Amino acid sequence: MQYAILCYHDEKVTCAWSKEHDDAVMAKLGAVMEKHQRQGRLGPVARLLPTTAATTLRKDREPPLVIDGPFAETKEQFLGFYIVDCDTLEEALGFARELAAVNPGGSYEIRPVAAFFPEKAVS
Amino acid sequence: MSEGDWIGGAIAAARPQAMAALLRNFRDFDAAEEAFQEASLRALKSWPKNGPPRDAAAWLIMVGKNAGIDTVRKQSRLQPLPSDEAISDLSDAEGETVERIDEADYRDDILRLLFVCSHPALPATQQIALALRIVSGLSVRQIARAFLVTEAAMEQRITRAKARVAAAQTPFEAPGTIERSERLAAVAAMIYLLFNEGYTTDVAEQGARAPLCEEAIRLCRLLLRLFPTEPEIMGLAALVLLQHARAAARFDADGAVVLLEQQDRKLWDRRMIAEGLALVDKALRHRRPGPYQAQAAIAALHARASTFAETDWAQIELLYGALERMQPSAVVTLNRAVAVSKSRSAAEALAMIEPLAAKLGGYFYFHGARGAFLKELGRAEEARIAFDRAIALANTPAEAVHIRAQIESLSTPQELRCRHLPPSPSGA
Repeated sequence: MQYAILCYHDEKVTCAWSKEHDDAVMAKLGAVMEKHQRQGRLGPVARLLPTTAATTLRKDREPPLVIDGPFAETKEQFLGFYIVDCDTLEEALGFARELAAVNPGGSYEIRPVAAFFPEKAVS
Repeated sequence: MSEGDWIGGAIAAARPQAMAALLRNFRDFDAAEEAFQEASLRALKSWPKNGPPRDAAAWLIMVGKNAGIDTVRKQSRLQPLPSDEAISDLSDAEGETVERIDEADYRDDILRLLFVCSHPALPATQQIALALRIVSGLSVRQIARAFLVTEAAMEQRITRAKARVAAAQTPFEAPGTIERSERLAAVAAMIYLLFNEGYTTDVAEQGARAPLCEEAIRLCRLLLRLFPTEPEIMGLAALVLLQHARAAARFDADGAVVLLEQQDRKLWDRRMIAEGLALVDKALRHRRPGPYQAQAAIAALHARASTFAETDWAQIELLYGALERMQPSAVVTLNRAVAVSKSRSAAEALAMIEPLAAKLGGYFYFHGARGAFLKELGRAEEARIAFDRAIALANTPAEAVHIRAQIESLSTPQELRCRHLPPSPSGA
């Protein structure tokens, strides 16, 4: 079963990180990722730019409406995701706990993947 | 970095947050400034002994509030009964214990402080100067340099601005939606100057000044959240991100300035560039051009060029032309001339800037650019005179070192570095 680990955090906090702190967190996350990559369990991973760089297409009307900013104003923002192949929810939670140990703060939503199209991946 | 530097840096970095909270508390610039000064003095005594606080801004706010209360108490013995509002403010403040102050409150406080500084009773230049002094805590000298005026003139401007704000009884609540939009332009201008203050630096101060650039970027993102559909705020945010992305490439190991042409583009921060380019794209969709968007588009062309040789100077020249029409200024013309020297010829560029001598005679970049054009035209002796003027006006030792290298290369013919240009606001 594939799971998406969806990352939520207050971007005002993460954007205020110094470059040194940011680099240190990314290096630690990189080590966790590498371990799971070696086991062939880790799929695509993405970190997103702040929601201020986002644009939203509201398609509940015709023609769809383009809006500046994220889909929803929330206290914590969707900042990135990991795709991981795990046999059980417990395993997926274990992976999320490993990430959390080196990057505390915010939340991970563990969401099972319904359909995955790896051949569509961009470089 | 020594301990003193760290404390000074921490206090400076915490200033906008702390001042904003203290201003909300005391509703008076002078009282807030005094409270902040007192808190800073206590920090200088306490932090070396007790170690840095977990949250420097929260520490300064708590100590500042208490220091301010002491002052109000002393004054109240000499004055008639305080107003009801003053009493309730006092009891509120006294009732507070050391609490976790929400990051979001900080930001809202800063925004409120910025808007208060842009009071309609103040001319735009005074608003900006006051905000730089009060919010960012820049020295009068630093502000004067950013404004191309003398220190004495700037001192006077700030004193006047403070008097005017006091006389105008500035409301200490955030303005309403319409009023806020009207003030947005003044706040944006102030943020850009704040960014430039951090950006105009040499390698020794780069670390200490980087927080100014970072604060400017944070304030841009904050404004974007509050005004998500304003293309000029997107443009401003993009501009500061695209410029700050080059920070790591701007100085070499010896601290010498590395111009755009020689910068190692692998050192540019790709994430900041991606964010800046995304914001330029978002802004251009609105088809409501403005000066920040034009400048951001210029910075985007530099960022998109994978080598200096691939830079689209013709497009940059057009964008500077557009900027000149929107916002005529001798400095913009100077920048367009630099683009012209690349896309057409140094002779045309030189002809463009000669009429600017009266306005920009005291400006480092003017003489640096003029020297470079003359040098390219083989007029070495005139170039040397222009470079000497530039050195006399250099803002940082690194700038002077760079110009000296230019002079030295004048006496080495067939020099490959003949296309060196001095740093310009659009350059390094």
